[in-house]
Order: sequence, then structure tokens, then C-alpha cells
Amino acid sequence: MVEERNSINDPARIAIELTDVKKSFGRQQVLAGVNLQVEEGTTTVIVGASGQGKSVVLKHMLGLMKPDSGQVKVYGQDIARASKRQLKEVRKDFGVLFQNVALFDSMTIYDNVALPLRERTDASETEIRANVEEKLEMMDLHEVNQKYPAQLSGGMQKRVGLARALVLDPKIVFFDEPTTGLDVLKSNEIYRLFHNTQARLRYTAVIVSHDVPKIFKLSDKVALLAEGVIQCSISSEEFQRSENPLIRHFVETTMGPIYSSEKEETAPL
Amino acid sequence: MFKSLEKLGDYGLYYLEQAGRMGVFLSACLWRMVTPPYKFFPVLRQIHFIGARSIFVIFFTGGFTGMVLALQGYYTLRKFGSEGLLGAAVALSLIRELGPVLAALMVVGRAGSAMTAEIGIMRNSEQIDALECMAIDPCRYLMVPKFIAGIISLPLLTAIFDMVGILGGYLVGVMMLGVNGGTYFQGMYSSVDWNDIEMGLVKSLVFGLLIVWIATAKGYFLHWERSGGFGAEGVSRTTTSAVVLASVTVLVWDYLISAIML
Repeated sequence: MVEERNSINDPARIAIELTDVKKSFGRQQVLAGVNLQVEEGTTTVIVGASGQGKSVVLKHMLGLMKPDSGQVKVYGQDIARASKRQLKEVRKDFGVLFQNVALFDSMTIYDNVALPLRERTDASETEIRANVEEKLEMMDLHEVNQKYPAQLSGGMQKRVGLARALVLDPKIVFFDEPTTGLDVLKSNEIYRLFHNTQARLRYTAVIVSHDVPKIFKLSDKVALLAEGVIQCSISSEEFQRSENPLIRHFVETTMGPIYSSEKEETAPL
Repeated sequence: MFKSLEKLGDYGLYYLEQAGRMGVFLSACLWRMVTPPYKFFPVLRQIHFIGARSIFVIFFTGGFTGMVLALQGYYTLRKFGSEGLLGAAVALSLIRELGPVLAALMVVGRAGSAMTAEIGIMRNSEQIDALECMAIDPCRYLMVPKFIAGIISLPLLTAIFDMVGILGGYLVGVMMLGVNGGTYFQGMYSSVDWNDIEMGLVKSLVFGLLIVWIATAKGYFLHWERSGGFGAEGVSRTTTSAVVLASVTVLVWDYLISAIML
């Protein structure tokens, strides 16, 4: 296990690679040739204005959508052309935190987190309990085992979602707008938990978010999706200094012209 | 003119696509039903939901169907002086036709609609995507227990419907209208044979499969619904269309099976 983790964190290894991915819905082309590489063990944040197709990119990475053309490789395997069985194998390395959490609302919190263990491993109920409680503890969730998702606050639901995403120690974790609908305190709590768990479990993270500039603090790379293509995949410092008109426009519209003009004094975040 | 043709073609393609999707879905579920791993408790839970929790409504509908059959049958048979055949008429009508069909329609209304809504909400709230992303096969995890439970429950519910219906017929025919009790059961005994039971059994097995198939597939493919499967309204619209489609399919297949087996 330790050896495997070491090899996973070899910085030269590419975890996810999108090559010239195109996708249209009817006559509307959403992705017009997306190219992106996500290095193993790093955090890549995909940003972009609403309706640019960030979630569509994420769904391609998860194999929930197939591109019209192009390749989506996960550890070298093109999941766009993989059989269902192959795709299932690839997904065993995935953990996902959905935008609306997607907890199973008719199950208790304990059963939600235990589900991947029950369905995908031969672990005994004692081992499952230990693992689930460890993950819930990691998320600062106490005495919620027998509650249902609807009985928890939005922030707590996100934490349960994160516990479920991490329960099988995945190699890659995807976050779709992880702080949507949360107030500043709860957002910070999610970021803190993300930071702690990634430091501990050392997974590759892909985050789709509009929580700019806060999300930059967590990122190794920031990828801007605009006009159907990834305009750049660079560090957050480079991103904020970039003179690329599309990046400048994005920075100014999301952080505001005041931030943009004061950036030189306040950067780096 | 061309626009109408285009629209017609569009409709045709959509329904062809939908039929193809549902066909693939059915074969995937049937394949997973016969291949391991087999899970006992989810099936038991679904049998409780589809079967045990439908018993009350089956008792009521079965009882009153038998009673009205006896009432109508008695006045018709009396014209020919054949009241003695009342037991046979009630039993044959129930065992061959009304039992399987009405039990199936009750299950469509009670459990079928709930299955479509449940799966549809899971589709809308990304719970099915979550299962896929966790490398858990939604067909095996969600659908297979429902399919097995449907196939097991429907024949049992039909048997209960028939039995309660026959007793309802006895109540009206013998206890209220004065037909001889021995004649009632003797007529039944001499005219109902294994072929009649077999027909009812085959029908209920097929209906069980059809109901679960339509109910789950409609929920599972909610996002492909032409009328828009999004939101609470989408779920309610799809649930309604699943109930209508399942009810009509049950009646069509009832005719087909009768035509084949007679």
C-alpha cells in the first residue's frame, strides 16, 4: 500500500489527460477542443464563468458523459472508449463530492458512508464501522450516525459527502462546486477539511469552483475554461499576473476591478 | 408539410430510441439477476414493499371484485336457471383474467408509481450518478432486487386476490342470495383445471416483470423524457406516464397471453 502510494505521487505521472475534447448539445458546442493535464498528487482548480461548461468537463472526467471527439485518459486509459467494465475499474480510484452532495436521502448518515465499503469490499461489519467512524471523525462529525441527510445542515451534509468520497481512500477526488450554498464560515471549514485530508491521504484533486479568489489558496494549478477551451493551466500567482485578455477579464469580473488594481500590493494570496 | 413530416420523424426516432434504451435496460437487469453476487436482504426488503404492503389493497379489491361478480353472475345465470354454475363462473373469471389483471393494476398504482418516483428523484438529485462514480452498478444495486421481488410477489398477490375473490363471491352468492354452498364449490371444483391456474400464473409472472421494468426504466431514464424530466414536476409527469404505460401494457399483454394460451 505504501509503495503504491509512493508511486502514485511521482510528480511526473499524469493522472488525468484531456486531449482535444469536443462536446455539443444539439447545435450548441460547449467544449470546442479541451486540452488539460492533471498531475498526480496535485490540486487543479477549473474556473470559468457560469455556463462555460465546467461541470461538463468534470462529467467527462468521471465518465458520465462521452465526448463527441477527443480523448479522456485516466492513468493512461481512455475512458471515453472504455467498456462499462473498464470504466467501473477506473472509477474504483475515484471519490466525488457533488455540487448538491447527492447523499442517499433514505439512508442514515452511517449507511451512506458505509455503502461503498459494503458494496465494493469484503470488509466485515466491524471493519466497516471502524472505517466509517474514522472518516466521520476526520470530518468533525459526531453523533450523526443514525440521522438522515435531511436532518443535517448544508455544511454538515457536505462533510458527510466528503467522508463518503474518501472512505475508500481514492487516488483522485473530484469536487463540483464544493462550497455552493454555504456561508463564509462553513466554506472555510470545507476548505480546511479539504486541506487536512489531502495532506493526510495525498490524493489528486480536481475542483470545479467559482469561489474566486479563495479557492486559489488551495490550488497548484488554475485552469480557466472560456469559449469552450481551457485557456491556461498555470499557478494561481501566474494566473493573477497574466496579461491574457480572457484571464484579465475573468479576474476583473470575479474579483472586481478594485481587487485587480490592488492585486500587486496584496498578492500573493 | 415538410415541417409536419420532420416532426413525425422526430417523434418516431425518439420513441424508437426510447424503446431501444428500455430494451437494453431490461436485458442488463435480467443478466444481472442471474449472475452473482446475489444479495438476499435487499430482495426481502423489496418483497415487503411490493408484496406485503400491497396485501391490504389486494384484499379489498379482491373481495369486492368477487362479490360483484357473484352479484352480476347470479342475476344473469338465474335467467337460464343455472345458479349452480355461479362458483365456476366466479372462479374462472378470477383465476384466468380478473385476478392477475386487477392485482397487477393495483401493484402498478401502489408500488409501480412509487418505484418510478423513487428512481426518478434519485436520477434528478444525482444519486444515480453518485452510485456510478462509486463504481456501484445502479442496475444491480437498485433494480435487480425490485425485479426479483416483482416476479415473486405478483403471483402470490394474484393467488391472494383469487382466494379472497372466491370467498367474496361465496359471501354474496351463498350467504346473501341463497345459492347452495356445496354447489358453489362443486361447480368450481369440476370446471377449474390446471390450465386455468397455469394461465393465471403465467400472466402474473409476466405482469410482475413488465410492471417493474416500466416503472424502473421510466425513473432511470427520466432525464431523457421528451416532456422534460427535471424538477418535481418532471418526476410527477414521468410517474403518471409510467403508470399509464404500465397499465396499458398489462392489458395488452393480458390479451396476448390469453390468445397464445387458449
